[in-house]
Amino acid sequence: MAVTGLVMLLYLVAHMLGNLKVFFGPDDINGYAAWLRTIGQPFLGHEWFLWIARSGLLAAVVLHGVSAYQLSRRDLAARPSKYAHKRRRASYATRTMRWGGVILALFIVWHILDLTTLTVNPAAEEGHPYQNIVASFGRWYVDVFYVVAMLAVGLHIRHGFWSAAQTLGANNARRDRALKLTANTLALALTAGFLSVPVAVMTGIVK
Amino acid sequence: MNLTLRIWRQAGPDAAGSMTTYHVSGISPDMSFLEMLDTLNEELITRGDQPVAFDHDCREGICGACGMVINGQAHGPERTTTCQLHMRHFRDGDTIDVEPWRAAAFPVVKDLVVDRSAFDRIIGSGGYITAPTGSAPDAHATPVPKEAADTAFEHAECIGCGACVAACPNGSAMLFTSAKVVHLNVLPQGAPERASRVRNMVTAMDAEGFGGCTNTGECATACPKGIPLPSIAAMNREFLRAARG
Repeated sequence: MAVTGLVMLLYLVAHMLGNLKVFFGPDDINGYAAWLRTIGQPFLGHEWFLWIARSGLLAAVVLHGVSAYQLSRRDLAARPSKYAHKRRRASYATRTMRWGGVILALFIVWHILDLTTLTVNPAAEEGHPYQNIVASFGRWYVDVFYVVAMLAVGLHIRHGFWSAAQTLGANNARRDRALKLTANTLALALTAGFLSVPVAVMTGIVK
Repeated sequence: MNLTLRIWRQAGPDAAGSMTTYHVSGISPDMSFLEMLDTLNEELITRGDQPVAFDHDCREGICGACGMVINGQAHGPERTTTCQLHMRHFRDGDTIDVEPWRAAAFPVVKDLVVDRSAFDRIIGSGGYITAPTGSAPDAHATPVPKEAADTAFEHAECIGCGACVAACPNGSAMLFTSAKVVHLNVLPQGAPERASRVRNMVTAMDAEGFGGCTNTGECATACPKGIPLPSIAAMNREFLRAARG
């Protein structure tokens, strides 16, 4: 869970920073998208780097999901009879890891169909992400789903980053606060960064 | 104080149990929770009913025998053992839910008594040092760094009550096992078996059917001895170190 989570977190940081190029205009982000396809050339062929990254991410998502399923199965089996006196346990971020993860998995499928394969995108202009983004966020239900997913990703990272540090044995009494602060900062920065794009489209800053 | 108690009654390991309501009166706020249960049991015995079975021994917070979930919290609202929880933390007229520890690895024996021998088997798999016994060694025969001594003492406080497992939404025994592993692994006396200890104890813990850790932190919040949550990270560090060989 920890290793695959951190791999995806690193990707999210790069993804969020890349998204911000939408504020520099169509040429900037479209050029950036084109450049992503040329990374490693001429050693690598066209789009090779992208496919290597995609296969790595796919492996991370699948392994993360499988681990989560196995862990959940084990955890549910370890408490066969529940307490009669119900009480809220742990923080909101911690409690929502499982359902948040399911929401994120569904979102990833939609997101790829919308902005990678362009299957469900209203503009569907290959090589013009700027136009596709603006067209996609013109639909209210896409905006709602996006906002929910980005809040889920923020909560997921808030618990997940610190939790990964625990799992990998990187935490100790002295580092605990700093790691929690880093987790919160990452969660906030990523959620705010990702949300800035649909908000900009909705408010007409990006059109 | 007059109280309404809803207590889990279960006649035996295979019997079906249920929450049963009792009323007790004449409870002094200075009584411990166990003394309050003693008062109830005296009444039940006088009436010819079966008294409520619960584990208890030292009644001074150091043995870890008494354990019950009170209003959804292991050992109740105060961060202490049930025997050291006093009735002044409740109000006259309160309804209090009392349940046994709930975990697949801690089967209910009767009422509030659970079988915690899974912990003994974890200890048996590595919670000791192999050293020739005999007369007490000279003080300072083995120098122990101050920081290591402090960490060892902090973790040696674990009394194995099982509150961590009871509080954990996953019924995980990571905090207990980490307390035992870290306690010995930081000391020079524990060094020769450092790698095998963590491997064997984690294997034993997994074999008992405890849940996995999702770092909810409920264990450390419930622990009456204040074993800190980063201890689990320390055990994971030991485990990775052992895996690297």
